[in-house]
Amino acid sequence: MVKSIFKATILFVLIAVTAYLAFYYAPIEKSMGVIQKIFYLHIASAFSAFVAFGICFYANLRYVFTRRPKSDWLGVSAAEVGLAFISVVLITGPIWAHPVWGIYWTWDARLTLTFVLGLLYVSYLLLRSMIEEPDKRALLSALFGIFAFLDVPLVYFSIRWWRTQHPQPVILGGPGSGLEPRMRISYLLMWGALTGLLILLLNARYKLEALRASVEQLRREAEVR
Amino acid sequence: MELLSNTAVLLGKELRTEFRSRELLTTTVVFVLLIFMLFSITFHPTTSESQQFGPGLLWVAFLFAASLMLQPCFLREQTNDTLSALRLSVGDPFAIFFAKLTANTFFLLLMELLMLPFFAGFFNVHILSVLPQLFLVLFLGSLGIAIPGTAFSAISAQARMRELMLPLLLLPVLTPILIATTDVTAGLLGAEPSLNFAGLGIMIGFDVVFLTALWLFGEYLLEE
Repeated sequence: MVKSIFKATILFVLIAVTAYLAFYYAPIEKSMGVIQKIFYLHIASAFSAFVAFGICFYANLRYVFTRRPKSDWLGVSAAEVGLAFISVVLITGPIWAHPVWGIYWTWDARLTLTFVLGLLYVSYLLLRSMIEEPDKRALLSALFGIFAFLDVPLVYFSIRWWRTQHPQPVILGGPGSGLEPRMRISYLLMWGALTGLLILLLNARYKLEALRASVEQLRREAEVR
Repeated sequence: MELLSNTAVLLGKELRTEFRSRELLTTTVVFVLLIFMLFSITFHPTTSESQQFGPGLLWVAFLFAASLMLQPCFLREQTNDTLSALRLSVGDPFAIFFAKLTANTFFLLLMELLMLPFFAGFFNVHILSVLPQLFLVLFLGSLGIAIPGTAFSAISAQARMRELMLPLLLLPVLTPILIATTDVTAGLLGAEPSLNFAGLGIMIGFDVVFLTALWLFGEYLLEE
């Protein structure tokens, strides 16, 4: 308990420092102005969300082949944490888009992909809540998670072929892309901070799921006696 | 070889069950007709508007009808307690899925072909000149709906609120196929009909990915 409060405090300080850097150290972007600051949070959250869904897919595959409850706990934790991050992405995106594009939302490739991704994992969590029996819940939701994750590249390609309005990648894009050094430092720190947050949340949620499982186990044993 | 002969027997069973009652076909046909009517009432489309929005309407109607049609696929086995017998009767459980998804694709395609003349008549769309290409799109689209649909029907049959769960699981996963079929259909029904090969590629890719996934993971879906 003390240890996790300590870790959370360190992370809080790190995020606060990064936010300070993003606002006061990194220069103001020429064409968009101060609203561009939201990118630091937006992009780092998107990255954390994708990492979380990747972890969820790995845990789902692992569950199907090994049937260890631990993989199931990891799967549900990663899906929930990923959804939290994708919510940040879906909230900060429109806040940026309104002054820059003049609209809150458009059904462009990456926006639609993020939205569909969120819906897929909402369905995953809903499905879990609809199956009582723990083993069956773990197996069926893991299988749905695998199907859902396989769908992501298909959604991406189909929508990209359909339309694209989202700004092209600046950080790992082609020639002409790149960041001002102070901006880069702020981005990298934010990336680090939110990855730390991802690990912290994942760890806490995983422990919670493990506790729930042992409570369930104890309850059953009590019923048998 | 054994897979194919098992599939053929099971497919025969699926077709017999449906053609004895014709429940799925009659209900979905009426459902699609209702959607056509509701669209016309709520949007008052002019001829050019209905031609513009027609492909989207057509596929949304088919998608909703499919999410109804796929519902009983495994639920029927569950309620009649025949799933274990089915599993014991075949060596490779993929045969069960293969038979069911073939039957579902066939029923969907049949329903869609029945609805096309109504669609053309209600919304002043010319389909006769592009009928073979349209059939190809309908086939690949129905297959794309039926493959994950059959898999998720096996999942939702084992959950609570199963009637609500299936569309919730299925519709987000079907986004790519809906985008591709609508776009290719719009290309075929436009003023200068053309077949969009990129869209066909997406449909084929979708079908292949999910068929492979079903082949790899299908047996786990039917575990007791």
